[in-house]
Amino acid sequence: MPQLSQIGEIYASQLFWLAIVFALIYFGIGKAMVPKIEKTVDDRNARIQGDIAAAEGARATALASERDYQAGLDSARSTATVAIAAAKTRVTASTEASLKTSDAAMAARIATATAQIESSKTAALAEIETATTDAVAQIVAKLSGVAVDRATIATRVKAELAHG
Amino acid sequence: MSAVANAVTAASASAGKIDPMEQFMVEPVLGRHMSLFGYDVSFTNSALFMVVVFVLLALFISGGLKRQLVPGRWQVAAEDAVSFIDNMVSVNIGAGGKKFAPYIFSLFYFILFANLVGVLPLSIVPGLHTFAVTSHITVTAILAFLSFGIVLAVGFWKHGFKFFTLFVPHGAPAWLMPVIIPVEFVSFMVRPFSLALRLFVAMTAGHILLEVFGSFVVQGFSAGGGLGSVVGILSFIMIIGVSALELLVCAIQAYVFALLTSLYLHDAVHLH
Repeated sequence: MPQLSQIGEIYASQLFWLAIVFALIYFGIGKAMVPKIEKTVDDRNARIQGDIAAAEGARATALASERDYQAGLDSARSTATVAIAAAKTRVTASTEASLKTSDAAMAARIATATAQIESSKTAALAEIETATTDAVAQIVAKLSGVAVDRATIATRVKAELAHG
Repeated sequence: MSAVANAVTAASASAGKIDPMEQFMVEPVLGRHMSLFGYDVSFTNSALFMVVVFVLLALFISGGLKRQLVPGRWQVAAEDAVSFIDNMVSVNIGAGGKKFAPYIFSLFYFILFANLVGVLPLSIVPGLHTFAVTSHITVTAILAFLSFGIVLAVGFWKHGFKFFTLFVPHGAPAWLMPVIIPVEFVSFMVRPFSLALRLFVAMTAGHILLEVFGSFVVQGFSAGGGLGSVVGILSFIMIIGVSALELLVCAIQAYVFALLTSLYLHDAVHLH
């Protein structure tokens, strides 16, 4: 086996060249190139993390503005409901008030008209009484020629009219 | 590689006799020796493939340096390769493990690429033969003792002599201590050897298996006749299966080495 039988003659050369090559690999690649590659990988990972965080932030902002929008919409809707209710009450109240005033006016006019009718009726009745009294006095005078006291006739007529 | 080429020529010359150990031979590239302070530090085929591993790894990882916000396929692959190690380190070492990530990264990808380069079927090109750096105990042992040394250094640096309480498990009755402490100590000291041997043995065994079945294919077909062809075809099917298994082993062994090192570092940083 040359690995064992040659040890005596090759160990120095193996050690010498391995030391040189391994040092080249360690310092030239392991210490010089590898940290740069590690930094590239780390930078990329950091950037990906940052981008993800930014996207998360943007998503949160979007969600918040969406929520704000909904809240605004809701508050506007409730304000509108309140305003509608207020307007409705106001309208109802004014309608009621105008109804009330017109009712009152109507009632007043009815009362006036009723009073007028009453007075006309009374006047008409009085006229009927007077006319009846005149007629009775004339009839009596014509038929009997007796001049009856006008006051007596009036009392009699009133009594007869009251009888119906 | 020239040695391998020679070996192939020699093998075909001696009527298909193929030595499955030949592939592990370490030879100076182009036969030239170099020395430093009296030590032989020749640029061998093993060293060449270490450099190949470094170049391939550097090419692969540099694809991750485009730093685009939306990455292409290559950049994703490099980033996933880095994240895989970061993940392993953060899960297994935990707090304070980040600073070991470059080491675990280098360890895992050096072993993984060395394993994978080792099983590349490039020997189909005459004269070209890949070499599995991690099939050498000299290499795996250096890596294992480096890991072990870092564990010791970190442990004593952070905890001082309290690091020895690592050998005293929580909640064990006091009268068991004379047994438990030596057992824990031995299992701790065995760590670098098991680390080194596991990788070395797995890779060596896989490569021997591939080479043996490969030689069966060559010998079966060159023997000719019905039986030879049957042996050749069966061995070829076997090679396909073993190659798939080897790809799995390449990844698993690299993962196990890096994972165990992270777990040992967890002990050193946190003491249990």
